[in-house]
Amino acid sequence: MIRRLRPILVALVALTFAGPMAFAAADDAKLSASVQQLGADDFDAKIAAVGELAATPDPRVVKILKALEGGELYVAKDKKVVRAEPDGDSFTIFEPLGGEKIGTATSDDIDQIVVNNRVRGVIDAALGALNLFSGRRADRLAAALDLVKHPSAASVPALQKAMAAETDSEIRQDMTLALAGARLNSPDKKAQLDAIAELAGSTDPAIFNVLSALRDSPDLDPEVRKADEHAIGAISQRLQLVRIGMTLFEGLSLGSILLLAAIGLSITFGVMGVINMAHGEMIMLGAYATYVVQQIFVGYLPPGWLDVYLVASLPVAFLVTGALGIALERSVIRFLYARPLETLLATWGVSLILQQLVRTIFGAPNKAVANPSWMTGGFELIGGAFITYNRLAILVFCFVVLGVLGLVLKRTSFGLHMRAVTQNRDMAAAMGIPTARIDALTFGLGSGIAGMAGVALSQIGNVSPNLGTIYIVDSFMVVVFGGVGSLFGTLAGAMSLGIVNKLLEPVSGAVLGKVVVLIAIILFIQRRPRGLFALRGRAAEN
Amino acid sequence: MTKTRLFDRNGWIAFLGVGLILIVGVPFLNILPSDSPAHLADYLVPLFGKYACYALLALALDLVWGYAGILSLGHGAFFALGGYAMGMYLMRQIGTRGVYQNPILPDFMVFLNWKELPWYWYGFDHFAFAALMIVLVPGVLAFVFGWLAFRSRVTGVYLSIITQALTYALWLAFFRNDMGFGGNNGMTDFKDLLGMPLQSGAMHRGLYIASVIALGLGFLVCRYVVTSKLGRLLLAVRDAQSRVRFLGYNVAHAQVFVFTLSAVLAGIAGALYVPQVGIINPSEFSPANSIEIAIWVAVGGRGTLVGAAIGAVAINFAKTYLTGSVPEAWLYFLGAIFILVTLVFPKGIVGLAGEWRGVHRRPPAENLADEKVAP
Repeated sequence: MIRRLRPILVALVALTFAGPMAFAAADDAKLSASVQQLGADDFDAKIAAVGELAATPDPRVVKILKALEGGELYVAKDKKVVRAEPDGDSFTIFEPLGGEKIGTATSDDIDQIVVNNRVRGVIDAALGALNLFSGRRADRLAAALDLVKHPSAASVPALQKAMAAETDSEIRQDMTLALAGARLNSPDKKAQLDAIAELAGSTDPAIFNVLSALRDSPDLDPEVRKADEHAIGAISQRLQLVRIGMTLFEGLSLGSILLLAAIGLSITFGVMGVINMAHGEMIMLGAYATYVVQQIFVGYLPPGWLDVYLVASLPVAFLVTGALGIALERSVIRFLYARPLETLLATWGVSLILQQLVRTIFGAPNKAVANPSWMTGGFELIGGAFITYNRLAILVFCFVVLGVLGLVLKRTSFGLHMRAVTQNRDMAAAMGIPTARIDALTFGLGSGIAGMAGVALSQIGNVSPNLGTIYIVDSFMVVVFGGVGSLFGTLAGAMSLGIVNKLLEPVSGAVLGKVVVLIAIILFIQRRPRGLFALRGRAAEN
Repeated sequence: MTKTRLFDRNGWIAFLGVGLILIVGVPFLNILPSDSPAHLADYLVPLFGKYACYALLALALDLVWGYAGILSLGHGAFFALGGYAMGMYLMRQIGTRGVYQNPILPDFMVFLNWKELPWYWYGFDHFAFAALMIVLVPGVLAFVFGWLAFRSRVTGVYLSIITQALTYALWLAFFRNDMGFGGNNGMTDFKDLLGMPLQSGAMHRGLYIASVIALGLGFLVCRYVVTSKLGRLLLAVRDAQSRVRFLGYNVAHAQVFVFTLSAVLAGIAGALYVPQVGIINPSEFSPANSIEIAIWVAVGGRGTLVGAAIGAVAINFAKTYLTGSVPEAWLYFLGAIFILVTLVFPKGIVGLAGEWRGVHRRPPAENLADEKVAP
C-alpha cells in the first residue's frame, strides 16, 4: 500500500509545495534553490521551501532555518537570498549556505525576509524533523512519535526522505502514520481520504486524537467526515479491546501476587491444616532477606554484580524462612496439631514477636529495595498498553514456583511422603514414614516458599515490618476460596480474585472493590464451605 | 441432670460483694480530697471504666468461644460498630459547637463539602434511637452472618477466618471518607452525653459505674445462658457437634442465638467505651484487635466467664503499664503470652488458681482437645 502510494505522494508533494524546484538533481544545487525560494513573497512558497530544507539532512540546513527564524535572512537587490548581520548603520552580508563574507550593504539594499507564526511553526517542525536523520535510534524514534502526535504538512518531504533510508521497522511504522497524519490536512480530498483509510488500521491513541481533531474541524467535506467517523469508530473499538486486555493483564498480575503470597499458606494450612498466622511474617522476612543480600552486594561486590542480587536472594530467603519454619514447627506447632484454634493464637504470638524483632533490628521505617536493571521499566504494546517488567517477572516467577512445587509434590519421594502423611497419618507411620520429620519439612517448605514470595513482593511494595499483615487476610481468602488442600484451587482462587478485583476497580474504586470481593467470598464460603475445588473422598471427611 | 442455679449462696455473696466494691469504692476514693492518701487520681476513673468495657467484651467472646467453640475474630468489629453508633449520637450532640459551627452537619461532613445529612444519620440525635442501634446493628449483622454461616455448618477455623475477613472488610470500608463515618479520622471532639458535659468528674464516675453495671448484668445474662439447658446444649455442640445433630437438636439455632447475643454484648461494651476514651476511629476494626480479645479470654481461662473478665483486665493493665514504660517490650510480651498460654497454660489464670487450691472442679472448658475441625 505504502509502496504503491509513494510515487503518487512524491508527485503530489512536489506539485503542491515544491513547484519547479522539486526535481533539482544535485544536492547543493537543490539546497541553494530551496534557500533562494525562502525569499519568495508568498508565505505558502516559503513554507514549501522550509519543508524541502527539512528533508535535507545537512548541518547547514539547521543554521539556515535558525537564521530565518531569527530574522537574519534578507533578499538583496539582485533577488539573491543572503544572511546579514547589522554592523553599526550598515550590514555585513554573508553567503547563506557557505557562510563566506560577500560584502556590506545598507538597509536600502536589502529586504528582510518576514516570517509569520505559521511559518515559525513550520520551522520548528522542520527543526524537529531533522532529528529523523539522526544517527541515534532513540532520537529518530522520538522525532517520529512527535510527528505522529503533531502532524504537520511541512514535515512531509522530510518524512519521505527519512523513510526511504530508515531500516528500523518500528520507526518506519511511526513514520508512515505521521505521513498519513500530515496528509490529513491536505486541501486535496483524495489525499485526505487516502490518509484516513491508511490511519484507520492503526491502534494508537495518538492517531485516535489526530482523527478526532479532524472530525471537530468546522468546514470538512461530508464524505471525508463520514470516512473519518468510520475510522474513529474502528480505532476506538480496538482501543476498547486493548483496555480489556490490559485489565485482564492487571488482574493476572494482581492474581500472581496473591498467588505468591498464598502458595506457602496452601501448604501449611491447606495440606497440614495449621492456621499459620505468622505466614505473613515469613513473607516479610523474605523481603528483609532480599534487603540484606542487596546491602551485601552493594557493600562487598563489584557494582556490575548488583543485577543478580535478586536471584541470589531467592535461595537465601528460602533457607532462612524455611529454617525458621522448621524451628517454629518443632518448638510450637507440633504440640498443637489437635487444637487448630490454639495454633491460630500461638502463631499470632509468633508473628507479633517477629514483627517487633525486625523493628528492633532494622528500625520501623521502610527499607529501600531496588529493582535490578532488568526489572526496571517495561515495554509498550499496541494502543498505549504498557507492561512493566517487574509485574511480568512476578507473573512468570509465580508460575515457576507453582510448577516446581507441583513437581516436588507429585514426583519426589518427599512429596509422596507428604501426601501420605496428609491422607492417613497412622498408616503412613506404619509404613515407616517418619511423620514427625515430614511435618517439620512440610512446614519448612511452606515457610520457605513464603520467604521466596517475599523476595518477589519486595520488588513492588514497601519493605517494612508490617509487610506481612497486608497479605495475611488475602492469603487466607485465596486458600479458602480456592479450596483447601488443592494447589490448582489456590491458582484458580488467586487468579479469579485478582481479575474480579481489577474489573471492579474502575466501577467502585479500589477499596470498595476489595470490600465487595471480601463480602462475596464470605457469602461464597457459606454456599461452598470447602471452596472452589474441594477435596473429595476420605481426606475431606475428617 | 438437675437444674443448675445461677449461683450458689457463696457465689451470690461474692458477686454482689465485688460489684459493690467496684461501684461504690472506686467513685468514693475518687471523690476524696486530692491531698488524701487514699485519693484515686482522676485519670484512673475512665481508665477503669475502659477496663470494665474490655471485660464485658471478653465476656462476650468467652460465651461463644469457651462454651460454644466458636472462635470469633469479629468481636472487635461488633465492639466498634456499637462504638460508632454511640459516636454518631455524640457527634449530633455537638450541634453548633463544632469547628464549622454547622447546626446539622458534623465537622467532617462540612470539611468534605457534603450538603445534607446522609439518611443513615437520621434519628441519631435521639439517645433512645442511638441506644436501639447500639443493640440492633451488631445484633442484626451477627444474626445474618451467623445464620448464613452456621446453617452451612461453617465451623472451627473456617469460621474464624471468615469472621476475620468480615472484620477486615469493615476495617477497609470505614477508612473510606465516602462512607460518611468520618473516614480515617473517625469521630471525636465529643461535647456532652444526655445533656451533660462529657469532660467532668461526675460524668467520668457515672460512665464508670454504668460500665461496671453493664459488666455485672452481662455476666448475669451469660451465666443464665450457660447454666440453662441451652448452655448444656452449647457445650455438647462444642464437644461433639455431629452427635448433637443426630440427637435431633438444631445446632445452628443454638449457635446463631449465642453468637447474636454475644455480638450485642460486644456492641454495648463498645458504646460505653467510646465516651470514656473520647474517640472512635477505624483502627478499632483492625483484625489484630479481634485476635487480642481472644488472648484476654485465653489468659483468664476459657469457659469460665469470670476468667475472661480477669484476663481482659490483667492484659490491659499490663498493656497500659508496658506501652507507657517500655514500649518496645509490649509486643514481645504479648507475643510470648500468646505462645505460653496456648502451649503451657491452656486453662488460664482461673484454671491455674483452681489447680493450686486443689479443690478445682472440672471446668466446662476441659474438653477442648477433641474439638471437631475441618482438615
